[in-house]
Amino acid sequence: MVDLWFQLPPLVQGLLKGLAVIGVIFPIAGLCSMAERKVAAWVQDRPGPNRAIVPWVAWVPLLGRFLQRLGLFHVLADGGKMLFKEDSLPGHVNKFYFVLAPILAMIPALTTVTTVPFGAYLDGAGALVPLGLGPLDLGILAVFAVSSLGVYSLVLAGWASNSKYPFLGSVRASAQLISYELSMALSVLPVFLWINAPGREGTLSLARAVEFQSGSWQGGLTPGWGGAWFGFLMPLSAFIFLVALFAETNRTPFDTIESESDLVGSFHTEYGAFKWGLFFVAEYAHMVVGSGVFILLFGGGWNPLPWVPLADLVGWLHHLTGAAWAVAPLFVGALSIVIFLTKVLLMIFFFMMIRWTVPRFRYDQVMKLGWQKLLPLAIANLIFYAVAIAWIQP
Amino acid sequence: MAAITVARKPLTFAERTYLPQILGGLRTTLRHLVRRKQTLEYPEERPAIPPGYRGVPTLVRDPHGREKCVSCQLCEFVCPPKAIRITPGAVPADSGRDHIEKAPQAFTIDMLRCIYCGFCQEVCPEEAIFLQNQFSLSGYSRAELVHDKARLYELGGTLPDAHYKWDRKLAAATAPGRAH
Repeated sequence: MVDLWFQLPPLVQGLLKGLAVIGVIFPIAGLCSMAERKVAAWVQDRPGPNRAIVPWVAWVPLLGRFLQRLGLFHVLADGGKMLFKEDSLPGHVNKFYFVLAPILAMIPALTTVTTVPFGAYLDGAGALVPLGLGPLDLGILAVFAVSSLGVYSLVLAGWASNSKYPFLGSVRASAQLISYELSMALSVLPVFLWINAPGREGTLSLARAVEFQSGSWQGGLTPGWGGAWFGFLMPLSAFIFLVALFAETNRTPFDTIESESDLVGSFHTEYGAFKWGLFFVAEYAHMVVGSGVFILLFGGGWNPLPWVPLADLVGWLHHLTGAAWAVAPLFVGALSIVIFLTKVLLMIFFFMMIRWTVPRFRYDQVMKLGWQKLLPLAIANLIFYAVAIAWIQP
Repeated sequence: MAAITVARKPLTFAERTYLPQILGGLRTTLRHLVRRKQTLEYPEERPAIPPGYRGVPTLVRDPHGREKCVSCQLCEFVCPPKAIRITPGAVPADSGRDHIEKAPQAFTIDMLRCIYCGFCQEVCPEEAIFLQNQFSLSGYSRAELVHDKARLYELGGTLPDAHYKWDRKLAAATAPGRAH
């Protein structure tokens, strides 16, 4: 089966991989919307949506009831509603751009996925080969370049809506995203300063960042630098990146962009049905990809624990079971993807908990935090690590 | 009263970073995540009705299944939104209860007008009308929400009676040598 796969023309391979990834991202975005409602309910001491059920699932004795209580079928109900609702087009909007905006929102959200590696397998020689749609050496640069295009869709939506609140919201969106882009990029630089050791070929690849974090415990009291995830080595970088990530994905406490209480719904006030749904999915796709990048850079990627890289885990499994499947590329790939997705989903859960913990910042607070606090902090952090890395790596 | 000026404590560095507060908040929200749910899942679970609850007004019968209302029309007069309409009628002569003289021929309460004030229950000299525990009322038409006598008795059922007023009146009236 593996041979058959490698005999396929690269274009077909790429297409199949792309479809598979989209087939995973869309359900995750849908499930995230459900998880959002469930977490919101649980935090507020409510059971949350738990009624919808498909008849033939209801016949399954215990599982059916469990899935119903979990509210899993509300995702289908919501999606179905979104698809079949009347797709209204208000009379006062600029029709072409109004329709274009949600499509533009989806494109960068799904394009960034191509640059994010999401797993790895061991080849015949025992070397880790990252799994991803496009093994770009551009890595983080491509992610930043494409994901920041997402703001254009918000600006376009706000402008094309030709109405007051969407316009205000989109102006806020452009200001906020520009302010935090800067700190985000600066916070990531120390990571790449570190992994681009002198004498190596320069790279911005995310897979290389994970590879660097895959060192194992060398024995003795001094653990190797490599095994420590960058989140522990550079907590400030990770923190700045995380805050900027919250701002970039319009999540609370930085959701001044679509603050329902003062801007109705901001840029998507005039949208409904499927066009609104596209904005919604794009937002969650951004969250998933953003969390993915955070995990790759600071959270050890597909390594199960600090100082316990994937290769060690697979080695132990192979040693314990003695089975050949433990080192088969298919199993290792699936295992790494599961570990990575678990971490990403934990991150998304963290996003949701923060949403119900921290109230929204005022717009001026958002600007002040971005320009007066986070940006100087990011610059100081960069200088500190530049000096420290120069000192550690002779 | 003298105003007391309280010096505001300057924020510490940790407080100005927000972070300890956010972590404290996360602890609270995480605790709520696993706490017992406070809501009722309504159609299956019903709330406990406290005593003295004023639900839908109903007509009740006494433990012998006899009509208590004597159509005195006090409730009709007292009803602030004029939701009650009574057509008085006579008790049939051979029923053994003809000393009560009157019983309602028709009794309607327009539930679209009723304000659940409970004046009818308060004013009733016969303890025949009660606002009971039913709180959920709905219908498909306006006509359906005008409760007639049959519906009112169906909702009301039977309540215990401490007096049996008309039995005692009859006994008093027919007792030998005690006639007025």
